[in-house]
Amino acid sequence: MARVKIENLKKYFGNVKALNGIDIEIKDGKFVVLLGPSGCGKTTLLRCISGLEKVTDGKIFFDSVEVTNLSPRNRNVSMVFQSYAVWPHMKVYENIAYPMRIKGYDKDKIKEKVVWAADTLNISELLNRYPAQLSGGQRQRVAVARAIVLEPAVLLMDEPLSNLDALLRVSMRSELKKLQERIGTTTIYVTHDQVEAMTMGDEIAVMHNGVIQQFGTPEDIYHRPANIFVAGFIGSPQMNFLEVEVIRKDNVLFLRNEDLSIKLPKDLAEKIENDDNKKLILGIRPEDIHKEKDKESTEFEAIEGKVYFTERLGSDTIVHLDFKGIRIVSKLPGDVKIKEGENLKMYMDLGKVHLFSTVDGKALI
Amino acid sequence: MIKKVFIVFVSILVIVWFLTPVVLIVLASLTPSEDYYNQNRILPRKLTLDHLYKLFVVLNGWRATLNSLQVAGMAIGLSFLTGLPAGYVLTRYVFPGKNAIRLSILLTRSFPTLIIAVPLIMIYLKLGISDTLFSVALAHTSFILPFVVLITTSILSGISVEYEEAGMIFGLSRFGAFMRITLPLALPGLAASAIFAFIMSWNEVFISSILTFVNRTLPAQILNTAMTSPDYFKFAAGTIMAIPAMTFIFFTRKYLMSMWGISLK
Amino acid sequence: MILLPTIVYLIAFLGYPLIQTFILAFTSESGTFGNFQRLMDTGDFWKALKNTILITGIIVPLQLVLAIALALFVNMRFKGYSLILYIISIPLALSDVSAALMSYNIFAPTGYLNKILLKLGVLDRPLYFFGYMFQNREFWVIVLTEVWRATPLVFVIILAGLQSINKEYLEAADVFGFSNWQKLRKIILPLLKPSIMSALLIRTLFAFQIFGVVWLLAGRDILILAGEAYYWHNNVNDPHMSSAYAIVIASVSLAISWFYISILRSKELEGGQK
Repeated sequence: MARVKIENLKKYFGNVKALNGIDIEIKDGKFVVLLGPSGCGKTTLLRCISGLEKVTDGKIFFDSVEVTNLSPRNRNVSMVFQSYAVWPHMKVYENIAYPMRIKGYDKDKIKEKVVWAADTLNISELLNRYPAQLSGGQRQRVAVARAIVLEPAVLLMDEPLSNLDALLRVSMRSELKKLQERIGTTTIYVTHDQVEAMTMGDEIAVMHNGVIQQFGTPEDIYHRPANIFVAGFIGSPQMNFLEVEVIRKDNVLFLRNEDLSIKLPKDLAEKIENDDNKKLILGIRPEDIHKEKDKESTEFEAIEGKVYFTERLGSDTIVHLDFKGIRIVSKLPGDVKIKEGENLKMYMDLGKVHLFSTVDGKALI
Repeated sequence: MIKKVFIVFVSILVIVWFLTPVVLIVLASLTPSEDYYNQNRILPRKLTLDHLYKLFVVLNGWRATLNSLQVAGMAIGLSFLTGLPAGYVLTRYVFPGKNAIRLSILLTRSFPTLIIAVPLIMIYLKLGISDTLFSVALAHTSFILPFVVLITTSILSGISVEYEEAGMIFGLSRFGAFMRITLPLALPGLAASAIFAFIMSWNEVFISSILTFVNRTLPAQILNTAMTSPDYFKFAAGTIMAIPAMTFIFFTRKYLMSMWGISLK
Repeated sequence: MILLPTIVYLIAFLGYPLIQTFILAFTSESGTFGNFQRLMDTGDFWKALKNTILITGIIVPLQLVLAIALALFVNMRFKGYSLILYIISIPLALSDVSAALMSYNIFAPTGYLNKILLKLGVLDRPLYFFGYMFQNREFWVIVLTEVWRATPLVFVIILAGLQSINKEYLEAADVFGFSNWQKLRKIILPLLKPSIMSALLIRTLFAFQIFGVVWLLAGRDILILAGEAYYWHNNVNDPHMSSAYAIVIASVSLAISWFYISILRSKELEGGQK
């Protein structure tokens, strides 16, 4: 296992800036997820770390060794590809054994490790088959087995679960995470699925437009998004965004939108006290908009509108509220009977409110 | 029911249409000369290997055959040696001028081979290799090479890059990954195209007859002795030319079919 | 880098000779176009041109129709169809020399056709198909031979195209009650257009270069462009004239390719999907 450090990494494809200055440090033994929409650069970053892609500028370190210009086979990395890339002309045993064969291990050592890897991934009965005879899920396990067999310094995974069906995906999520905890290899995992990221990652790097938008624990990312992109990308249903005006009245700051007028407590007001911030974006998650005022002491602000649509999921109820033409979404626990078309007053938990600058999207609160 | 009858009927038609000329020429080459010239005998009383033998041994048919084999072998070797890497580069790398090169290679197929025949002789004369098998092989390579590049490009692009990349991650160099992963996977297709290339060289008559005088390939030999030898020798020669080629494609028909894009599911 | 050998080879053995051919063709005692002038003065050239165009014009459409019919037939996937497929592809392994010999074997005065007809009493004397006096018959034997020999080439291309037609289009047609003939006309043929175009292109190009079959069966009774090129080089030893002929063949070939490609392109622009 190794610590991975990346300094100001840039990768350009002609005029396209796939990676535009990446700085990140991944601690030894951690499971780090690169999360983002397609085109954000996460796969490019992974490939640069693997050595399959040459960087345009910047440095990559494994522990304190610079690997920026080393070819993949000299970096002691392993990779699980999105399509698994399990070699079709070799049996499963041979696939897993191959990395060791290339490095010249002796027969007994190879057998020992293959058996161990196959055992760990529960594919011991498949060793004598060809990949074409396996299901997608089985092939994926072969790919993982092959990747861990040499105990690499860094284990890279490129959306390994995206080609599996939904049920399998859920069970493999926990299996992969448990596996990593067991073998303790530094793992970098790419996905566009936020649920995967949130459930598996020790830390998540949210990427967009070739830069890391925020790097932190799932909890950080969820409760303290650094900017509007991260806030909107994480969380389902998506966070509600409302444009508000900052009004000063009697030395108290208010946020105004139509008949909504939120009084800001002093400490929060100090944070946004700035002439630039005349207009802000207010963000609040659906689960922080309630049907009744909570008994706890946090402040609430009422928001009223017509119920446009409800989705009853059994475990939750999603209410789509029409507030003066703006769609506000609320997530209520349990099965709540609400009629479409009725006027409803809902309550925003002001303790959970986020404020974003309209200039650069950064979070102020 | 009608459909079945129709299928059988058409099948018989097809078989007769395509096989009759082949069967007849083999028959003719095995017919003793008395029977052949006898107006009353359609089918020979007995079969003889005499003509084939005479052609092969006495008239140096075997030497011409050997020449053809050598030429074909050299041509295939040269074409694949230069063409396979080219196909690989065209599939895997992106570089300026790529499309232009691809297009121009395609274009070379639209030129008839004969228009290069004449100047080629002059080049060979200068190089001192005229009338050698090697010169014919070089000439054949000029039209087989574009074919090989085209085919290898299509075969290699059908093999996912990720297999090679996995190889590179797990310890192989780029060249190593190509040799130990891509090549084995591409082998069936490459073998089929090699067979097809062999047949192209084996059958080529125009350039071989222009380029050679003493060391003739089989088709060239036939073309030049066609007017003068007795008929059954011609047919024997035709048979010798046809049978190996037909056997080759019989054994590799599955691969050839997939090469042409036909599935035999 | 790696492409270098290929490029070098092609330039050396294709590009350079090509240039040489041009030089040869365009140099003569009577100036740049001297050879071409001579070419056009001989009646032979025009005869050869006419014959080549005639042969191509007859053979190619015939082969196309036959190939499509065969492809549709084989694609019915009946039992044993792969054997039929192999049999159809046999001519692909044969050279034009072999094919010519096979024809000769059948149509010669001592050939099988004559023998059978004589035996059956239909004829008193053998029917002559070859020889200067029988040019017409020679012509049709050549056409027959070429059709036999080269249809499989078109067939293979068409079959590949046929198989790549998405079954769902045909299933939709079934649901809408199309008859087989309608399916053929409205769905299969239009979707087959790209294959037909490439097959036509390849076949026409090669048909224009026809040599072996004609030379062996008819010698110089029927003049064709490639044959003339060969004749001028081997028999008369005039490389200028043969190069000139070669240039003519090449130019016409290019013109035809251009023609086909532009038709294909315009069809794609206006056609779109059905």
